[in-house]
Amino acid sequence: MNATARRIPRRKKNRIGLWSVYLVLALVYIWAFAGMAVPEIKPTAGQISKAIFNGLFHPDWSYVSEPGGEDLLHGLLDTLAIAVLGTFISALLCIPFSFWAARNMSKGHTLSGTGKFSLSFIRTFPELVMAIMFIKVVGPGSFAGVLALGLHSIGMLGKLFSEEIENMDLGPAEALLATGANRFQILWFAVLPQVIPGFLSYTLYRFEINVRSATILGVIGAGGIGTPLIFALTSRNWNRVGIILLGIIVMVTLIDLISGYLRKKII
Amino acid sequence: MIQAQKKGVPQPPSKIKGYLTALLVLLLLWGSSVKTESSLSEFIIGFPNMMDLVTQMIPPNWSYFDKITGAMLETIRMAVIGTTFGAIISIPVALFSASNLVQNSWIFYPARFILNLIRTVPDLLLASIFVAIFGLGALPGILALTVFSIGLIAKLTYESIESIDPGPLEAMISVGANKIQLIVFGIIPQIQAHFISYVLYTFEINVRAAAVLGLVGAGGIGLFYNKTLGFLEYDKASSIIVYTLVVVLIIDYFSTKLREKLL
Repeated sequence: MNATARRIPRRKKNRIGLWSVYLVLALVYIWAFAGMAVPEIKPTAGQISKAIFNGLFHPDWSYVSEPGGEDLLHGLLDTLAIAVLGTFISALLCIPFSFWAARNMSKGHTLSGTGKFSLSFIRTFPELVMAIMFIKVVGPGSFAGVLALGLHSIGMLGKLFSEEIENMDLGPAEALLATGANRFQILWFAVLPQVIPGFLSYTLYRFEINVRSATILGVIGAGGIGTPLIFALTSRNWNRVGIILLGIIVMVTLIDLISGYLRKKII
Repeated sequence: MIQAQKKGVPQPPSKIKGYLTALLVLLLLWGSSVKTESSLSEFIIGFPNMMDLVTQMIPPNWSYFDKITGAMLETIRMAVIGTTFGAIISIPVALFSASNLVQNSWIFYPARFILNLIRTVPDLLLASIFVAIFGLGALPGILALTVFSIGLIAKLTYESIESIDPGPLEAMISVGANKIQLIVFGIIPQIQAHFISYVLYTFEINVRAAAVLGLVGAGGIGLFYNKTLGFLEYDKASSIIVYTLVVVLIIDYFSTKLREKLL
């Protein structure tokens, strides 16, 4: 009896909370939809989407490999190279960041807090904007894309790496400390063996993401398959758009399969 | 060596595999740097330009905040609407992809294949295609975010449908429940918290994505990157970046708090 008597008022409270959540949600939606202009659909929209679908199903096969070198396979290879190098750079650079941001590696939460904040700052800085800035430094081309991906990926990889370090078992490190090992020896024999499988797996995961990102870097002139895609889109060459999209889909699927297989083997 | 094995001393594993892997990775890196024409010297030569850029970006032009507030709100609106539409559409897609609900493999394999297909196309590519169809504005951005959200939410949701406790479903089937009753009373109560959490997570990602969609002309604050960087107004560009950072951090904070409460 007592238990039921206690339960009833608690449920009422919850109901008020639920209704206030609904109210807030409703207000958010009213605000969101009221602020949007009524979309004007251009009369050509249907025609263009038909053309795009037509292009997707009749891709320009001759573009796959052309003697001049400006073809699909070269573009895709370029994209892959950007992703490989960018991922490698970020995986190297983010290791110090991850130890800085890991809570169990530093005394006090303020230090790791600053590390976490700088990582989320890097994450928010969009990679395309970074690419635009690197184009000013090294000129347009794949290298700017490599640098942009390398810098931007630090944000996410550093966060994942630092979480991996935080989840580490501190027993081996303590045992080594008790036998008189110095800091470097602890790092080499207790910390690294535990975190390296996780690091590799996250790096491969980020590589999958970077392959996708590298396909769009070309939109602003930072190399890869994006540049011919944007040219094809602006010149309304839908058959070429079709073959490039198909190429991207096939490449990304293959990379996902290979990387997923490797990640399963590592962990 | 044989004696060591007899004593039960374990042999260290062969190191050839490790060396080969390292060689392969090095070859891959070398090939990539040749292909992308990366050179450290070029980077070092260009580095003063970079520092020049950074000094021009600091301090941000604070007065520019007023001008871009409208665009920032449009960015959030795009993310809200895109995520919502994506979430609504992904409910049926997730139900069709779950193998414990739809036993027919002719239905759930194609549904999953479509989901995988959607997730291979990056959101900016979707946006640039939609811009080609619908012209400049927020509409192509919303559509791109919707499609992108379907890929993400439906995948996470069908995976959590497949991992639910089968007990209630079996109990309901044994008393003669049909598919609709099964979904409403057996599946929804078990996954709704996860589903809301996935929607919030997708919303966080969509806010970040919406902030750059403008670079291809799909509305939101990204349009201002083109404007300011095109006119070399780096102090304004950095104020856009700071503004985006603040908004994203606030949204992430509340969304993470909500998700922690849900699960």
